[in-house]
Amino acid sequence: MALQELTYRDALRKALADAMTENPDVVIIGEEVGRYGGAYAVTKDLIKEFGPERVIDTPISEPAIVGAAVGAALAGLRPVAELMYVDFIGMTMDQLANQAAKIRYMFGGQIGVPMVLRTQGGTGRSAGAQHSQSLEAYVMHTPGLRLAMPATVADAYHLLRQALTKPDPVVFIEHKALYTLKETVDLDAPVPEWGKVAVRRQGRDLVIVTYSRQVHYAMEAAKQLAAQGIEATVIDLRTLNPLDFDTIRTEVEKTGRAMVVSEGVMTAGVAAELSARISEECFDFLEDPVIRVAGEDIPISVSTVLETGSVPGPQLIFETAMKLMAGRVAA
Amino acid sequence: MNQPQAVQRADASSNTDLPQLYRMMRRIRTFEERVGELFVRGQSAGSMLHLSIGEESAAAGVCAAMREGDTFTTHHRGHGIFLARGADPNRMMAEIGGKEAGYCHGKGGSMHIADMGLGHLGANAIVGGGIPAVVGAGLAARHKKSGAISAAFFGDGATGQGILYESMNMAALWSLPCLFVCINNQYGMGTRIDQATANPRLHERAQAFGLTAETVDGLDVEAVAEAGRRLVDGVRAGKPAFLVIDCYRFYGHARKDKSPYRDPVEEEVGRAKDPVAFARAALIDRKLLAETALDTMDAEVAAEMDATIDFTVAQHEPPLSSMFRDVYAPEEPEPEPVRTRIDRILARA
Repeated sequence: MALQELTYRDALRKALADAMTENPDVVIIGEEVGRYGGAYAVTKDLIKEFGPERVIDTPISEPAIVGAAVGAALAGLRPVAELMYVDFIGMTMDQLANQAAKIRYMFGGQIGVPMVLRTQGGTGRSAGAQHSQSLEAYVMHTPGLRLAMPATVADAYHLLRQALTKPDPVVFIEHKALYTLKETVDLDAPVPEWGKVAVRRQGRDLVIVTYSRQVHYAMEAAKQLAAQGIEATVIDLRTLNPLDFDTIRTEVEKTGRAMVVSEGVMTAGVAAELSARISEECFDFLEDPVIRVAGEDIPISVSTVLETGSVPGPQLIFETAMKLMAGRVAA
Repeated sequence: MNQPQAVQRADASSNTDLPQLYRMMRRIRTFEERVGELFVRGQSAGSMLHLSIGEESAAAGVCAAMREGDTFTTHHRGHGIFLARGADPNRMMAEIGGKEAGYCHGKGGSMHIADMGLGHLGANAIVGGGIPAVVGAGLAARHKKSGAISAAFFGDGATGQGILYESMNMAALWSLPCLFVCINNQYGMGTRIDQATANPRLHERAQAFGLTAETVDGLDVEAVAEAGRRLVDGVRAGKPAFLVIDCYRFYGHARKDKSPYRDPVEEEVGRAKDPVAFARAALIDRKLLAETALDTMDAEVAAEMDATIDFTVAQHEPPLSSMFRDVYAPEEPEPEPVRTRIDRILARA
């Protein structure tokens, strides 16, 4: 039982280092991952520990980075490809969606592509329209790809370690605003199961289903709601594929109300999918429409005011829950 | 894990073994003709069949220089390459017919055929899509010290794709055992190479990236085999290379394309560049094989390839329930079928 204070970034780095120590076939391949230490310093000094043959700095060639990882995985390595920003995923979509995601199926189950594509997304750094997006829906919309999005320090560690044992390609999307998040964790404590949600807070009135940074915003909103006598359950998805819908269903059926919160844009997004599922599967139990709280259907601005205003935050989640609950429970 | 191979196993004579090269080219051509027949008989799964007739020397010549443990990817016109690396033509034809007995149980077909046992990391229906995989396989070979090389086979059309240049740059930068084989059949679908690039001397592009590169005339399979051997030896030593094989696509882009966009005179000249006929004539001229012996060989090959059709026609389709298999690893749950889901939801209401 070793409690330690770690940042999200430390936890990711430790997960990579531990996996590389344990398995000599784990290699990192990406832009600026070695000498520079990673654009967000996640791979800092790993090159010193494991050498340039395992921490491979590449040219700025995202399609070939992902494509090389696919080939390396087919030939027996366990590559971790790094895509500096998820916004660049469009560059790689052929290798990711047409190759990595479909190889097992197209080849009749002969072989899988056990690779991890680490990347990061989201707002919070005034990084503008091409460096701030939440594009997880692209991945979730592609059968064959697993998708993990850690919200906590412990999950940053465990989900990445687990991703590196999975037989299928995992897209691992970190949140750029969480790298400095610091938590006291016990990494020796029982490891939460891959593919299961975490119920971060239990309440009787409504369920907030969310993931990544919005988990923290939902927790803040839940605290404010509690002050108003409204008790919210907060579900952290952790992995979007596999999706633990059984727990979501159980929790929604207990309260009869659900909100889905996502930083990605509203239309045809992750929140749309979850909301549709909850509406279909929990129909008999729902007291109110399932509400989506998601990013505006607009690009992200550099202006902090416009940037912050375009995605959900604690206040929007709180206000939405208050409107949803208006007149339905005694304060 | 692959063990390092201290001694090169390929027989030293293979590059100059014209009878063997001829036999392989004849097998490829006859197989392709039977693929066309499978389509005519309505037994192929679809019409997206891209025949490599006229390009046989590329597959036979280059593959003769490869050895067990080497890996490769191909393009959509890759039947010949897979045959030249040892594929079972029955299982190939069954895959093209979409049958359970095929290499990929009917899920891949002509353009997504693969076999890990033979090092075939996959045919690809995305132009250039299979190229970067050989960079990764090259990294793996270096990491595991397996001594293997990895070869990407693609057409001239793929030289329009950026991924080729990204991949060549990485292979050269990291001195990986990668071979890039450009089968220049002059056409990317309906667009002739000179209509697609201002500089059709394709090997010059690879030279610009620091690769060893050359162009060889695909009419002469021995020349292809010699170039292949020369380059493969360098590749195995960590000097990535690029080989262009000049040839002519005898027929249309896919089975239904009659190439109305081509000049008939050009087609006549192009089809005269026949590597199979050229090798046959050379065998007779050089008294390596008598015409009667060649006729016997051709008949054996025809019988072998006729049997692929009989085999395929006799095979069954994959069961519908296999549809949900292999999206994810076998130990993972299969996706819920739409009908099951609908019934489950409506049963609750």
